Amino acid sequence: MANITINTESAGGSLTARALREGFYAGIVSLGLFVLFVGLETTQNIRNELVLRQRWGLLLVFVLVAAVGRFLTVAYIRPWMAARKAAAAAKVRDAAEPESFFKRNFTAIAIVALIFYPVVMVLLFGVQGSLKWVDNFGIQILIYVMLAWGLNIVVGLAGLLDLGYVAFYAVGAYSYALLSQHFGFSFWVLLPLAGILAAFWGVILGFPVLRLKGDYLAIVTLAFGEIIRLVLINWTEVTRGTFGISSIPKASVFGIWSFDVGAANNFTKAFGLPMSSVYYKIFLFYLILALALLTAYVTIRLRRMPIGRAWEALREDEIACRSLGINTVTTKLTAFSIGAMFGGFAGSFFAVRQGFVSPESFVFLESAIILAIVVLGGMGSLVGIAVAAAVMIGGTELLREMQFLKQIFGPDFTPELYRMLIFGLAMVTVMVWKPRGFVGSREPTAFLKERKAVSGSFTKEGHG
Amino acid sequence: MAPATNTEATTMKNDPILKVEHLSMRFGGLMAINDLSFEAQRGEITALIGPNGAGKTTVFNCVTGFYKPTMGMISMHQKSGKTFLLERMPDFEITRDAKVARTFQNIRLFTGLTVLENLLVAQHNTLMKASGYTILGLIGLPAYRHASAASIELARYWLDKANLTERADDPAGDLPYGAQRRLEIARAMCTGPEFLCLDEPAAGLNPRESLALNELLTGIRRETGTSILLIEHDMSVVMEISDHVVVLEYGQKISDGTPDHVKNDPKVIAAYLGVEDEEVEEVIEEIEEIEEGGKH
Repeated sequence: MANITINTESAGGSLTARALREGFYAGIVSLGLFVLFVGLETTQNIRNELVLRQRWGLLLVFVLVAAVGRFLTVAYIRPWMAARKAAAAAKVRDAAEPESFFKRNFTAIAIVALIFYPVVMVLLFGVQGSLKWVDNFGIQILIYVMLAWGLNIVVGLAGLLDLGYVAFYAVGAYSYALLSQHFGFSFWVLLPLAGILAAFWGVILGFPVLRLKGDYLAIVTLAFGEIIRLVLINWTEVTRGTFGISSIPKASVFGIWSFDVGAANNFTKAFGLPMSSVYYKIFLFYLILALALLTAYVTIRLRRMPIGRAWEALREDEIACRSLGINTVTTKLTAFSIGAMFGGFAGSFFAVRQGFVSPESFVFLESAIILAIVVLGGMGSLVGIAVAAAVMIGGTELLREMQFLKQIFGPDFTPELYRMLIFGLAMVTVMVWKPRGFVGSREPTAFLKERKAVSGSFTKEGHG
Repeated sequence: MAPATNTEATTMKNDPILKVEHLSMRFGGLMAINDLSFEAQRGEITALIGPNGAGKTTVFNCVTGFYKPTMGMISMHQKSGKTFLLERMPDFEITRDAKVARTFQNIRLFTGLTVLENLLVAQHNTLMKASGYTILGLIGLPAYRHASAASIELARYWLDKANLTERADDPAGDLPYGAQRRLEIARAMCTGPEFLCLDEPAAGLNPRESLALNELLTGIRRETGTSILLIEHDMSVVMEISDHVVVLEYGQKISDGTPDHVKNDPKVIAAYLGVEDEEVEEVIEEIEEIEEGGKH
C-alpha cells in the first residue's frame, strides 16, 4: 500500500491535470451528444405550429454532470478504489486481524435496536408522527424479512426454486380472514391454524412437483401461485372475489387487552393513554418482530438438526443424498411445508395488519420480490436476507418520501413509479458487485476445532 | 502381497453377503448386462474388473438401486440373518435398511459443506431417530444432544482413518483430489454399512495416494469386517487387496476366482489385450506351452 501512496503523491500534480483534461473532453463530447437531444426541443405552440424551444440550462446541467463526474472519477474515485484494493490485499496477507466489535455482535445489536425502534420513533416524532415510521417502515420491512426467511428454507437451504411462495402467504391471510369472520376465532388461535393450513398446501404442492427439477420446478410453482390467486378471484361465494374481505377483526394482546375502540378492556383506556392508533401499530410491530425472530430461531435450530443438514446436502447433490440413505421425497416435502408454514404465519399477520385482504395483494410480483430479497441477501444467510429486505423494501418506501424531487423534475413527477426501475438497477449492481449476495459465505453447522465460514464459491444453488 | 492366504480365505468358507443371480439390464436395444451371476463373500474384498464399457458400473447401479434391472435377483444377506432383495427396493432404502453403501466414479461430495458436515449428513437416519424426527430435538431434549455428540465422535474416528482430521473444518470442495476420494469412502462408512461398493476408488490417484487408499480399504475390512465390492482399473490396487476377482466383458462374466487365477486366465488376457476370437485358442495354447515350459 505504501508504494501506491508514494506514487499518487509524486504524480499528484499530473493526476489533477489529467483529470481536468479528461473532464474537459467529457464535457465536449457530452455537449456534442446532447446539444440536439436536450438543448433543443420541438413542441407545438398555441397555433399548432412546430416550434423549437431552447433549453440551454438543462443542457448545461448535463454537460456539467459529465465533465465534473469524469473529473471526480479520474482525480479521486479511481485512486481511492486502487488504495482500497491494495488495503484489502494487505489485509489478506496479515489475515488474523480480529473482526470489529460491531461486526461480531451485529445480530445482538440489530435485535436490541429493533426492540427500541418504536420507542425511539415515538420520542423523535411524537405519538402521531411515529405512525409512518413504525407502520410503513418497521412493520412493512419486517413482514418481508419474515417472508424471505421463510422462503430461504425452500430456496436457500433446500435449493428448490419456488416462484409461487406468495400462494402460502395468501392461504395464511385468507385463512385468518375467513375463519375469524365466520367462526369468530381469535388471532391467537388462528395464527397456528393459518400456519398449519399453509403447510398443508405446501405438501399438496410438493407432491406433484417433487419429480421436477430446476426450471421446470420453477414454472410449476409459479403456476401454483397463480392458481391460488385465480381461485381467490373466482370463488366469489367464499372469497368475495376481487372485492376482497374487509373489516377483519384486530388482534388482541393475548386476549387481555383489546384494540377495539368500544371494548371495555381497550388497551388505551386500561393504561389511561390518549386515543391513538399508534399503540396498535406498535403492538403489531412487536408481534411481527417476534414472529420474524421465531422464524430465524427455528431456521437456526433446524440447520443444526439432521433435517437441516439434509436440506443443504440436497442442495449440493441429490444423488449423493440418496446414496446415503436419505429419503429425498420427505426431505423436500418438509422443506416445502416448513417454508409454507412461515409464509402462512406472515399471511395471517398481514390480514390482521391490513384489516382487509384481496387477491391483488398476492400477485406474482410479490413472489418475485421475496425471491429477489433472498437472492440479494445471499442464499441461506439470515443476516444478509434481513439487510436485503431493509434495503429493498425500505428503499422503495423511502422513494415515497422523496417529495423534494418534485421541485427538480416538476410536479408531475411521482418517485414511486420509478420503484421497479430502481429495484432492478439495484439488483444488477449488487449482483455485479457481489454475485453471491450480501453475505455469500455460509456458516458451518458443526465444527471440530474452529468455525470457518465456507466461501460461496464452493456452495451450490441447487437444481430443484 | 499374500496370495496364499487369499486362496485360503476363499476356499475356507462359503458365506455370501451378496448374491447376484441371472442379472440382466437392457437399455433400449443395448444389453448392458447379460445373465450375470456372481457372489461376494462376507468379510472379503471382491473386485469387479473388465475393459471399458463392460457393464461394471451398470452392475453397481443395479446393486445400489440406482437402476432397476430388467431381469434377475440381487440378494443381500446381513450378519443378523436378514435377507433383502435389492432389486425391489428404492435406492435410499438400500443404504438405510439393507446397509449397502456406495461411492461414485465421479466424486459426489457436498462441496459446500465442511468435511465434518459431510460425515454428519451420512449419519442422517441415526440422527433423525435420535432427534425424534426433528420434533424432540427442536425442543432440546438431551437424547439428541448425546446422539449428536456420538455422531461427531464417529465422524472423528473416520476422519482419523482417512487421515483428514486436519482438514475437518474446511469445505469438502477445497480438498485435493485424493483426499476427496478418501472422504467419500469415509462418508459411505459413516452410514454404518455391512457391504461397501466402491466405483473406481483409485481413478486419478498418484501412486502414493493409491497406497494410502489400499491401507484405508484393508483397514476398513480388518477393523469393521465390512465386505467390499470394488470396480477398479488400477491393477496394482486390484491384485494387492482383493480376495476375489470377477471379470466382465460385454456384460457377461468371463472369469471368476482369485487374483492369481484371473491374472492367468487366457480369456481375461484376451479381453484386455484385444485378441480376435479365433486367436483366443492360439493364446491359450501359447500360455499352456509357457506354463509347461515353466514346470520342466
